[in-house]
Amino acid sequence: MTFTNQGHSFEAYFTIDLKFRILYYFDYRYDILIIGMLEGLKLTLGVILVKSLKLSIAHFSDRTDAVREEIRSFIRQEKENGTFEPKCDSWLSGYSPEFSRKLASRGWIGMTWPKRYGGQERSAIDRYVITEELLAAGSPVAAHWIADRQTGPLLLRYGTEQQKEYFLPKIAKGESYFAIGLSEPNAGSDLAAVSLKATKVDNGWILNGSKIWTSGAHFAHYMITLCRTSPLNPENRHEGMSQLITDLSAPGITIRPILLMTGEHHFNEVLFEDVFVPVNMLVGQEGNGWKQGMAELAYERSGPERFLSTFPLLEELVNTIRLKGDVYLMSQVSSIASNLWTLRNMSMGIAQMLEENKTPDLAAALVKDLGTQLETQVAELARLLVSSENMTVSDQFEKLKLEALLHSPGFTLRGGTTEILRMIVSKGVIGK
Amino acid sequence: MNEITKLIIDATTKIMKDICTKKLVNEAEQGLWASELWDILADSGMITVAIPEERGGNGGGYADAFNILRLAGKYAAPIPLAETFLGNWLLNQLGGEISDEPLTFAYPNKNQLFRFQKNGEGWVVSGKARAIPWARFAKTILIFGQTESEHVVALIKKEHGHIELGQNLAGEARDTITLDHTFIKDCQVIPIEFEHVSNQLWHSGALTRIVLMAGATERVLELTKTYTTERVQFGRPIHRFQAIQQQLAILAGEYAAAGIAADCAVDAFKPGFQSKDIAMAKIRINEAAGKAAAIAHQVHGAIGFTHEHILHQYTRRLWAWRDEYGTETEWGNQLAHQIVENGQAGLWSFLTDKKSIGRIIEKKESV
Repeated sequence: MTFTNQGHSFEAYFTIDLKFRILYYFDYRYDILIIGMLEGLKLTLGVILVKSLKLSIAHFSDRTDAVREEIRSFIRQEKENGTFEPKCDSWLSGYSPEFSRKLASRGWIGMTWPKRYGGQERSAIDRYVITEELLAAGSPVAAHWIADRQTGPLLLRYGTEQQKEYFLPKIAKGESYFAIGLSEPNAGSDLAAVSLKATKVDNGWILNGSKIWTSGAHFAHYMITLCRTSPLNPENRHEGMSQLITDLSAPGITIRPILLMTGEHHFNEVLFEDVFVPVNMLVGQEGNGWKQGMAELAYERSGPERFLSTFPLLEELVNTIRLKGDVYLMSQVSSIASNLWTLRNMSMGIAQMLEENKTPDLAAALVKDLGTQLETQVAELARLLVSSENMTVSDQFEKLKLEALLHSPGFTLRGGTTEILRMIVSKGVIGK
Repeated sequence: MNEITKLIIDATTKIMKDICTKKLVNEAEQGLWASELWDILADSGMITVAIPEERGGNGGGYADAFNILRLAGKYAAPIPLAETFLGNWLLNQLGGEISDEPLTFAYPNKNQLFRFQKNGEGWVVSGKARAIPWARFAKTILIFGQTESEHVVALIKKEHGHIELGQNLAGEARDTITLDHTFIKDCQVIPIEFEHVSNQLWHSGALTRIVLMAGATERVLELTKTYTTERVQFGRPIHRFQAIQQQLAILAGEYAAAGIAADCAVDAFKPGFQSKDIAMAKIRINEAAGKAAAIAHQVHGAIGFTHEHILHQYTRRLWAWRDEYGTETEWGNQLAHQIVENGQAGLWSFLTDKKSIGRIIEKKESV
């Protein structure tokens, strides 16, 4: 029999277990378990999305190999020209609008988007290759990173035609950058406690409140701001939130730096005092902000930036050991290298599944958990294998090690702390 | 997943579930041969998968065989399925005869090869091979040796040798066979390039342990998940405690990592060729096996530590299999050499470039 759920149609070959009066069917294509309960002659059908931990294998075509060659030769050229020095955590701290515009001019921002919005209609795997090569080289991609990774897919999925036509081409040109406004002083891991208040007025909303730990708000042009368009309902705390595109140059917005322990300016506090946001800046449905935000998370958590933040250090470490010709020391790298190989395969498998419109959100949470642990381990391994006696930060190895170590507390916090991710995974595994 | 693959997985799962029970696994440890399990797999054509029909096999690809083997790992099947697969594949490459009887061998140690002397119609063979999986239940055994002029592999009947019983830490049979100037009249003695064959068996043998462990890890996760929903302490099922949730999530992560590592290693597998994928998968899965076993036992508490509970049939196998066909240290050394040889292209190119070296093993003319 065929039936339809949320727009998907399923060919279902049912198995009936008379003993338990349960009828079930597992659809391998969509990882969907369909369960029916027989109560007398009444049949109740339910569809359960199985939180699958099984991933697809992504395959590269010869065309993808050509893409890899293209980006590698671009990076080589840029390094030779002295455009950038490899840096750890470059996707959050390597800010260079010039570099972003160069990438854009080659069609490497918004690659998978429709051409009518400035995209290139390339595959998710092509995009994967471009981003992983840029990260592995430690290139300065922070300016456009969030807009390309998250804002674009969000607007394509939920944005109005007007929003897509206005914002997407500017993002794809490397000219428009976005921040994400989630955390607040009293809403960290417990994000449902968000209280930034949006009061409905003619033609829009008036915002009052604050966001905190906002990465790049000092250089971004806009922020996707999660706010309360209806007061908190204690019965359902996820209700009443909306996502608004906020112009960060609007009157009433104050952006204050919060310096990292290294003294770098990365985080901000964003204060809203009677900030007007026009009605056409609402993304998706009013009150649906929580659900829309959660749908982005599989993209946010599974990408190569979740295990490659310290790769430039690992490459430098391998290079240092190779020049010493010390196979014993190199064998100490094997475990991390194997782990990296595994994570990359998981992450590519998720990219493949996202393109097939599956939402492997549990697997994405796992990539982030395992990947960010690995990023931290790289710094530890580097200090154990190469002595820093007589080295200072003017040595490339020491500079990268310092960046990796001093940024490492953030790896397992940003994008959902390890502890929160594990609670999500565990509940998914248990199925409750 | 195509229809044939799904069919093979469904059929094997059903066979394993029905026949490979706790009782059967425990009895095998006491010395009983799981003949019914073997016969049903043989009758279903599962034993000679990945060998073309015209060569006496049942067709299909290597991935199909590794899917079957993963389920054998998940259900702790006490049979020499891995060894029979590899042995038959090697015989097929060398032009030997294929069968769906239990066949086994030990990974050849080049310092302990059998000595073969031609004697009229047959051969006089002497030597010893140790830790052969399930030799006591096998019909035939592959032994590796040397004549006066070349290296050979021979398929002998188990009865030609003296079998001493042994076992690994999972209680799986790991027996010794000794031949002492034994005259063997009719057996296949096939010349080989020893290094090439031994290298192929090292990699494909590791891949069998990789998929067996991926299967066992899945079972360990299932058992642990079920236990945390059934066991009540402080008035609630224990999965409601954050401390347990953290452990479950780490276990799920190890399972997911083991699964994709196994899939990718199988995907890249070509007999006779070595790629980095098997080395990396073996290292990663060995680590996953240790972590998964430790978490499962911690969460299960004292009951999981008893013979009565089935958990040990999987955790002991994880501990045993991670040491067979190479520990993290052995594969780590091999990788280290490859990374050094990759030169200034660096680690990133090593990880991302598709490269495999080797050649297919073919029949060799006798010297």
